Amino acid sequence: MFKIAALVATSLGLVLPLGHAVAAEGRDAAHIGYSFEGPFGKFDRAQLQRGYKVYKEVCSNCHSMRFISFRNLADKGGPGFTGDQVKTLAASYKIKDGPNDAGDMFERDGLPSDRFPWAFANEEAAKAANGGALPPDLSLITKAREGWHGTLNQMWNGIGGPQYVYSLLTGYEEPTGEVAKEKPEGKYYNPYFTSGLWIAMPPPLSDGQVAFDDGSPNKVADMSKDVSAFLAWTAEPKLEERKQTGFTVMIYLAVLAALLYLVKQRVWRDVH
Amino acid sequence: MSGHSNYQPSSAFGKWFHDRLPIYAFVKDTVLDFPTPRNLNYWWTFGGILTVMLLVQIISGVVLVMHYTPEVGSAFNSVEHIMRDVNYGWMFRYMHANGASMFFMAVYIHMFRGMFFGSYKAPREVLWMIGVIIFLLLMAIAFMGYVLPWGQMSFWGAKVITSLFSAIPFVGDSITTWLWGGYSVDNPTLNRFFSLHYLLPFVLAGVVGLHIWALHVPGNNNPTGISVKGPQDTIPFHPYYTIKDGFAIVIFLMFYSLFIFYGPNYLGDAINYAPANPLSTPAHIKPEWYFLPFYAILRAVPDKLFGVIAMFSAILVLFALPWLDTSKVRSGNYRPIFKGFFLIFVIVCIALGYLGSRPPEGVYVFWSRICSIYYFAHFLIVLPMLGLLESPSPLPSSIADDVLAKSMPNDMVPAE
Repeated sequence: MFKIAALVATSLGLVLPLGHAVAAEGRDAAHIGYSFEGPFGKFDRAQLQRGYKVYKEVCSNCHSMRFISFRNLADKGGPGFTGDQVKTLAASYKIKDGPNDAGDMFERDGLPSDRFPWAFANEEAAKAANGGALPPDLSLITKAREGWHGTLNQMWNGIGGPQYVYSLLTGYEEPTGEVAKEKPEGKYYNPYFTSGLWIAMPPPLSDGQVAFDDGSPNKVADMSKDVSAFLAWTAEPKLEERKQTGFTVMIYLAVLAALLYLVKQRVWRDVH
Repeated sequence: MSGHSNYQPSSAFGKWFHDRLPIYAFVKDTVLDFPTPRNLNYWWTFGGILTVMLLVQIISGVVLVMHYTPEVGSAFNSVEHIMRDVNYGWMFRYMHANGASMFFMAVYIHMFRGMFFGSYKAPREVLWMIGVIIFLLLMAIAFMGYVLPWGQMSFWGAKVITSLFSAIPFVGDSITTWLWGGYSVDNPTLNRFFSLHYLLPFVLAGVVGLHIWALHVPGNNNPTGISVKGPQDTIPFHPYYTIKDGFAIVIFLMFYSLFIFYGPNYLGDAINYAPANPLSTPAHIKPEWYFLPFYAILRAVPDKLFGVIAMFSAILVLFALPWLDTSKVRSGNYRPIFKGFFLIFVIVCIALGYLGSRPPEGVYVFWSRICSIYYFAHFLIVLPMLGLLESPSPLPSSIADDVLAKSMPNDMVPAE
């Protein structure tokens, strides 16, 4: 008995400090709320439009967005741009196409069916312009990053992908003490960054950088929230359709289950 | 399955057809009228649930294949094409991905049910062993399916698991190269995994047919574990168990739908939404939740070769279970000491799952070792010893008596 007690005590002693070590690895994202959370959550159209503007004017200078076409901006359950707005927007881009009949590549006006173009010709060019680090594609970033961990925590709060983006954008700090001395060349201190404390991306936003047409607030925190909501939509564009379909499916199954239960009780009446 | 049939065709066409293909008589005898113990509880509905899940996976999988491209440059993109551009593609993909988890959840419950009620004991040893083969096939199919989206965890999971074969002495490296179809996990690996992921479910369906055949020879076990003694112990499968299974299946589908529609990525790993990159290893490589207990056993052993042997033995030991359990009593309900050990075994399996999800360091390794040792001790020491040492509680005289005793007040139990 004493042996077992000693064993348990030792292992508890090992668990507790380890819990601390894990927590210190990366800071949990801020628990901010979004309109699209919960079983009936929907995207805030105006917020997605503002978020798109931040993406277009800031993020898209370095990051690609491979899975989104201009036409998606007018899709149901998305930012709610009109078809005409999307045509005009697409036409404001020059897209490299070809080869034509003569075998030459040429430039033409963008079409709604075109994917968002990338500022760089290829990954090597992107790395060369960004101190050797490749800016990740942003289409799926809010599904590929976790803001916090824990089986139960993620069950109730989701994986915190949009919150991770928000916290990363607002989380640049001046390092203090010992950490400051370890600063690598060309990196910035960000305790929310998933792979270490130092990130190659310089702080991308500053207060008032993007002016919104409707005069919405544009402090760093506001723009970060808007763009992280936009990136939640690019990662899961069918979110609204999914939740609405799910509600119908659950109602249907619940009624069917109730009917089956009643039939079952009747069929089994004589056996029990 | 072939005895005399009660079926009498009622029409001239029915008789004409029956003389040429007696399929209706077959269905009537083996499904509709099949005599089933009258006391099966809801733990017995998971067989039907698993059949439904197999169908759901095959149908959703066939639809996904219509839009998927098994090529390293396009696999990830084609999955996103399904998610974004295919009508209801997101639903089919989430059904299929979460369907794998639901399949395993149901299979684990089905297996624990068999273990508690002694469904593997004579005369059902072959039925049980076919079940273990189904479990092995299921693991192979799930593993290869997880590789197909070609995300980070797809790639690195495939790399880690296929590399296990390199632990085999002398020929290990050659076998790994042969499995990969090259010197690394690459396009040939993806192609063959895709081919097998499409083929094996149909093999699985065939083995499920054998499983059901082997079930129909001795008939169902039941919560009392005692054999059927006469017609008063049974009821026809239809309508009694079609309706009971049907109700349970719909409840299970509701649970499944919660994941599809409200938490479709909860059971997955976020990093698999980043495309496979052979040059960047994720911080923690871990398999899907249903492999974690075996992953914990693999990592509990310090030596790679013996770790692999321990992991495979953890499944292979199930083949010997009918002969390791020496107790003559089938049902755990009448085995007071076994009940406690069974509960400990379930807890140890869940603990192994948790430990498999943790990094292999410090206290986690220590507990993985304790739990792995206990896992094997349950089969190799506890079960053989218990059968000899334990004195079981008195068994009811028949299934019908047990049902009657439970549905009447105590003073009305008929004298035996």
